[in-house]
Amino acid sequence: MANMSLEKIKMPEQAPDIRNQNFEEVAIGYTAEMAIEEATRCLNCKHKPCVSGCPVNVQIPEFIAEVAKGDFLAAYQIITSTNALPAVCGRVCPQESQCEAKCVRGIKGEAVAIGRLERFVADWYMANHDELPEKPAQNGKKVAVIGSGPSSLACAGDLAKQGYAVTMFEAFHTPGGVLVYGIPEFRLPKAIVQKEIDKLTAMGVEIMTNMVIGKVLSIDEIMEDMGFDAVFIGTGAGLPSFMGIPGEALVGVYSANEYLTRINLMKAYLPDYDTPIRKSKAVAVVGGGNVAMDAARCAKRMGAENVYIVYRRSEAEMPARLEEIHHAKEEGIEFHLLRNPVKILDDGNGQVCGMECLKMELGEPDASGRRRPIPVEGSNYVLDVDTVIMSIGTSPNPLIRSTTKGLEANRKGCLVVEEETNQTTREGVYAGGDAVTGAATVILAMGAGKKAAAAIDAYLKQK
Amino acid sequence: MFRIVNKKELNSMVTLLEIEAPFVAKKAKAGQFIIFRVDEYSERVPLTIADYDREKGTVTIIFQKVGLSTQLLAAKEVGDTIRDFVGPLGVATEYEGFQKVAVVGGGVGCAIAYPQAKALHELGIAVDVIAGFRSEDIVILEEEMKAVADHYYLMTDDGTKGEKGFVTDKLKALIEAGTSYDAVIAIGPIPMMKFVSLTTKPYGIKTIVSLNPIMIDGTGMCGGCRVTVGGEIKFACVDGPDFDGHAVDFDELMNRNSIYKTREAELAQTHICRMDKLAQDLIR
Repeated sequence: MANMSLEKIKMPEQAPDIRNQNFEEVAIGYTAEMAIEEATRCLNCKHKPCVSGCPVNVQIPEFIAEVAKGDFLAAYQIITSTNALPAVCGRVCPQESQCEAKCVRGIKGEAVAIGRLERFVADWYMANHDELPEKPAQNGKKVAVIGSGPSSLACAGDLAKQGYAVTMFEAFHTPGGVLVYGIPEFRLPKAIVQKEIDKLTAMGVEIMTNMVIGKVLSIDEIMEDMGFDAVFIGTGAGLPSFMGIPGEALVGVYSANEYLTRINLMKAYLPDYDTPIRKSKAVAVVGGGNVAMDAARCAKRMGAENVYIVYRRSEAEMPARLEEIHHAKEEGIEFHLLRNPVKILDDGNGQVCGMECLKMELGEPDASGRRRPIPVEGSNYVLDVDTVIMSIGTSPNPLIRSTTKGLEANRKGCLVVEEETNQTTREGVYAGGDAVTGAATVILAMGAGKKAAAAIDAYLKQK
Repeated sequence: MFRIVNKKELNSMVTLLEIEAPFVAKKAKAGQFIIFRVDEYSERVPLTIADYDREKGTVTIIFQKVGLSTQLLAAKEVGDTIRDFVGPLGVATEYEGFQKVAVVGGGVGCAIAYPQAKALHELGIAVDVIAGFRSEDIVILEEEMKAVADHYYLMTDDGTKGEKGFVTDKLKALIEAGTSYDAVIAIGPIPMMKFVSLTTKPYGIKTIVSLNPIMIDGTGMCGGCRVTVGGEIKFACVDGPDFDGHAVDFDELMNRNSIYKTREAELAQTHICRMDKLAQDLIR
């Protein structure tokens, strides 16, 4: 008989007023007892609605059944048969709009905590097993993977398993893409990402850092001169947008990308590192997505007394995950909703001393289906801040498409690919993740990387 | 890891390093830059490429010790390695249609003006070089410049070598005397590039400046290097580092580059500890 509790087992967390002063992980993770108890809430439905909500088809009821039995190794093997990065996905997937949204238990009460269980199984495995996978027998074919974020990691992992010699090119000095430069340590410890990368290198994946493809090598050189049989482009959507309002060039205005990269990749929060970052007292983060929440929560941890989220619509339209919004509020981030910046103010020395905002109200739904924000004339007021972080979106980097003939992109700069195979408009060149979709989620990028890996395998087998 | 194969102290503040980086050397062009990181704890710092040798697979950088990272880099010796070296980044300088060009270098900026003069010379384009320094003791690359320039004019602020005066004085005199330039390429401190641009503007001479704002990745990802050019936001790392000197908002750039000044002053203290630690490690 299933455990009919209407609520999930609560996730143990660091207390908000403690955690907003450190970069340790916020959610501590289930114990084995908690995991087993939560697992018994699963009804093991025959039609498995949850699986249809998962972009990489994790066999959810099956792995949860093993957790309920206490056989965590079996659970791990079931998860990793379709998902190479469970410790990452268990932490950063928006389960509430994917697998858990389809869970029958969610009709009356809370869905089964699928994400927390996935994380538990992955963490349990990491804590109890440190053997690395073996290098599979090589099939003699070479594939280049450009970028080392979620889509590239998934693609490289699947190809390496099948015996391809995979070389991964990363522009930064550390692989991991958005998992290391963007998502903060307190949501996704970097040691977890490193373990996933260690697994890839154990399987024979070669990682070349400091390689900006499109500059140091072109796609044509990779294929023709270096003899790669296929290429996967997983370069993400890293180009930050700015609003184009007066004052954006003042000292104290950051893109969220820059702010987060200084903290996460360049470790500005650790005293051993030389990375400089502004010491802020009051910070406005403009935007309502997960990146905005990450930037705001980082600013708080870096010592800012007041941190504001400034978002032009209402909370209902915020693209950030509910959990992130909830965590941010708990940590003392103030939400200024239905507000839009019009100008950033200069203290006379080229430094930010405030942000002039306009109040907004919601009108009819726009193309995104969300209600359009309309400015309220004459409602201007000044928010007293010394730092502004722009987190209003990113677009794909043009470096590769502008240096590769025949690689088509749409108006937004996203690479055009075939739906079934993720092949670009160039034969043998595949793409996936944010480089194709624009900014989206880690799990969608992983799904695209896996799909491309399967298509590359099929292509090279018949070639 | 990237190995240092040659090192020269050009003056008390300016160091030349030749670094093994075959991929970068193969593609480098005048006007492009690299980003280096000395060790795991260091910043990523951009430097314009001073020279390259495609056959040896080396890239030369010339830099002034201005902050912690450049001091750590200058402390490295031949045979040592640095952690990261990425490039070539940015867009190479375009010389199309030029027949005669004035290359204006200020201080350590001459290190980057030199590859420009050399590239022009190799393309058969006439080059006049105007090099400016504060004083005789910091003059660099004089012989190298002379070897590629049709005319080499050396200016010092105090008159201890060459002519006394600023590069803008010489440039204006040459233009006034009837020398006709298709373009002026100015590389040096921001105020120098600003005043060279102001000097050439009344004559309508195309003026290219090479900007070096603060940046992290060098690929367009952080937006830290944004500069206003002709009223538009540009990213120096991917749209530049070369821009039309007549359109650049130099005052804004100068302000933006000052963001970590106080932090650098703090680091000047702490870095002594780090240098001591490095020295101790070496002794051990």
